[in-house]
Amino acid sequence: MDSVAAEQGRSLKDHMDDLAFYIFAAISVASAFGVVVSQNIVRTALFLLGTLGGVAGLYFLLDANLIAVIQLIVYAGGTLILIVFGIMLTSKSPWAEFKPPKSQIVLAAFVGLLMFIGITSLTLSGEVNWAARATKTPLATSPKVAEAGEALLTTYLVPFEVDLTAIGAAYLAKTEK
Amino acid sequence: MASITLPWVQRDTEKLSNYREKAIRLLAFIALAHIPIILGAWFLLDPLSTKPADLQDSKVLLVPPLCLGSIGGMLLFAGAAFAIYAYELIGRVLSAPWVAFIIFIGAIFGIVIGVWLHAEILMTVQRDWMPAKETSVIPFVGIEYDHTVQSIYQNNLEGKSVDFPLIGAISIDTPILAYLMFPLQFPLVRDLVAVGGIIGFISLIPGFGIWWERKVAGRIQSRMGPMRAGGWHGWAQSAADGIKLAFKEDYVPPGGDGVLFRLAPYITFIPPICAFIALPFATAWVFRDLDVALIFILAMLGIEVMGVILAGWASNNKWSVYGAMREACQMVSYEIPMGMALLIPVMTAGSLSLTGIAEAQSGGFWTWFVFVNPWCFLAFFLYYVASLASCKRAPFDLPESESELVAGFLTEYSGFRWSMFFFGEYVAMYVVCGLAAILFLGGWMSPFPASSAEWFIAQANIENGMLQTLVKSLLAANPIWFILKATFLFFVQLWIRWTLPRIRIDQVLYACVQVLLPATMVVLLGNTLWILGVSENGLNLGWLIAIDGIINKILAAAGVLTLVGIVGIAAYGYRNNKKLVGWLAVDQLPGK
Repeated sequence: MDSVAAEQGRSLKDHMDDLAFYIFAAISVASAFGVVVSQNIVRTALFLLGTLGGVAGLYFLLDANLIAVIQLIVYAGGTLILIVFGIMLTSKSPWAEFKPPKSQIVLAAFVGLLMFIGITSLTLSGEVNWAARATKTPLATSPKVAEAGEALLTTYLVPFEVDLTAIGAAYLAKTEK
Repeated sequence: MASITLPWVQRDTEKLSNYREKAIRLLAFIALAHIPIILGAWFLLDPLSTKPADLQDSKVLLVPPLCLGSIGGMLLFAGAAFAIYAYELIGRVLSAPWVAFIIFIGAIFGIVIGVWLHAEILMTVQRDWMPAKETSVIPFVGIEYDHTVQSIYQNNLEGKSVDFPLIGAISIDTPILAYLMFPLQFPLVRDLVAVGGIIGFISLIPGFGIWWERKVAGRIQSRMGPMRAGGWHGWAQSAADGIKLAFKEDYVPPGGDGVLFRLAPYITFIPPICAFIALPFATAWVFRDLDVALIFILAMLGIEVMGVILAGWASNNKWSVYGAMREACQMVSYEIPMGMALLIPVMTAGSLSLTGIAEAQSGGFWTWFVFVNPWCFLAFFLYYVASLASCKRAPFDLPESESELVAGFLTEYSGFRWSMFFFGEYVAMYVVCGLAAILFLGGWMSPFPASSAEWFIAQANIENGMLQTLVKSLLAANPIWFILKATFLFFVQLWIRWTLPRIRIDQVLYACVQVLLPATMVVLLGNTLWILGVSENGLNLGWLIAIDGIINKILAAAGVLTLVGIVGIAAYGYRNNKKLVGWLAVDQLPGK
């Protein structure tokens, strides 16, 4: 009965949101799988673009515009291009391939399985009320960029500065050569 | 007198007619494939049998656009098939002058009849289906508004303005227009209209831009540029090129990575279009008014590079890889000064939303951020140079430098994929210029202060509501101002390309790391301190505020003088366009 009542209260926008969620989730999961399976490094980078873009789409659906855009500009637009740039500069053959040793594959599979079991057991255990947590903040009351910026420069000033220091450290390390 | 050879008069060879038959068959098949979609949507949800209460349901709302879209698609494809089939016939008929006249008259009558039918249908819908009164909150605007046909009609009779989030406030004098506005009450319809408008505008940019670029190039090099296709100054050159490119051989280098090779044009082409999601044309003329619009657009421009790199890599050609490498290192380095230069107007306006930044510049052209203080003035030029590099325009067009790298990352591309790269490039150019127009040149604000519209209406004693709206929008804020400014900056990009020679890759990196980057840092710091000194919440230094006012006026005057100078020089050049240039100039060629 509850589900019927919930279904009736949903607007067109909610249905569209559901559809978009499934699309973005499918893009993220499929490309993440591609990142793991693909042996061609450039294709791996492309799959990573799909994963990052899909997750950014999920952030947009949650009305977390700032973090979605930061995800796109920092990871998809910056880091990923640096990775591909590095591959192009360093690879010896035009079709550089990943050929990890068996031991690494086994280790990765083990860790992945452990994570999967942990997350699924937590999800299915019923200790967390997911339905209650899944309600998202309405657009009108979601935190604005200005508030996020103010928080970064007041409440979270120390982590922010530490982040900047990390950039400075990288710069110093570069000039020592 | 030589007879004019027209393409449809030349008999097609066996090969061409073979292609033609294939194209007709394909288009007809696609058109027929729409029928199951239409029938399925119709029978599954059957909109005609639904009760008034059901009309609020989302699924039912989806059906009319789905059906209409499919029917439209079917007609489009069937029309295309018929057009190819009747190519010869159409060619002969269109070449007669009276046909154009008949089409023109027919279009006018067609529009009148269409409007009348539309009004009839909507009146029927209103009488039989719709509740008498329906208020709802307009999404993303938050205004509660009663938008049934009756209320719109009533508002018109009383002379109230109708507030639509997409169109802004319009006062509608004729009731028939109210019925035309009726479908816009559904958010889905509004979104579809907005998407249609954006895609239409985006399609115009490359077509117009490429023709314009070739004309500008021709004029700068004392040529005429394209003159044949279409008639007047070769206006149909881009369309002719597009048709030619679509029919070219679809070549994929066998030694390359075929999948990535096919994918790369899309990754270059789609992000600049996505940037239009957040790029406002005027206060309400934006698809989604994101509060992070600026960063979103920058992110989209950043992703575009990925497609170029993939194109170079997947071609398996050393020239292509060189082009891609140059693009990567150029983009990664120029993104930093570009982003930092954009921070300066953000800081001056105190807002990250593009709408907010533009509205902070509404007090006449001297309040535009480019003139507001010396640091912003410098930042505009720093941003413009960096944006040239990010669009890989000359003098930074190293990724495709034709004199060294054949065609750079485009070497292996041909046909439609090649044209997609250019679509992406021209759209990105327009986005970058639009950003510059919004952030530094007041966006959609006119050069006059916002109060000038009321003054003009009072002086000219205008009483007609429609005319008042027109004057207000033209003298205060209108998308046309945004398009004018962005198009002017677009023209400057073309101008620079055909004036400056390409620089070397080491000079590109030198210019970024040792010139642009330190300069933007100094400007950023200077602007921060300047705003701190001027603002009332900051130090509020009296002497700095006085200097600020004087410098603002000087910069604004210099800007106007520059514009007048450019127009004057252009007029002089236009008057003397038949002369040779320089001290060799002669009024007449010898022997004439």
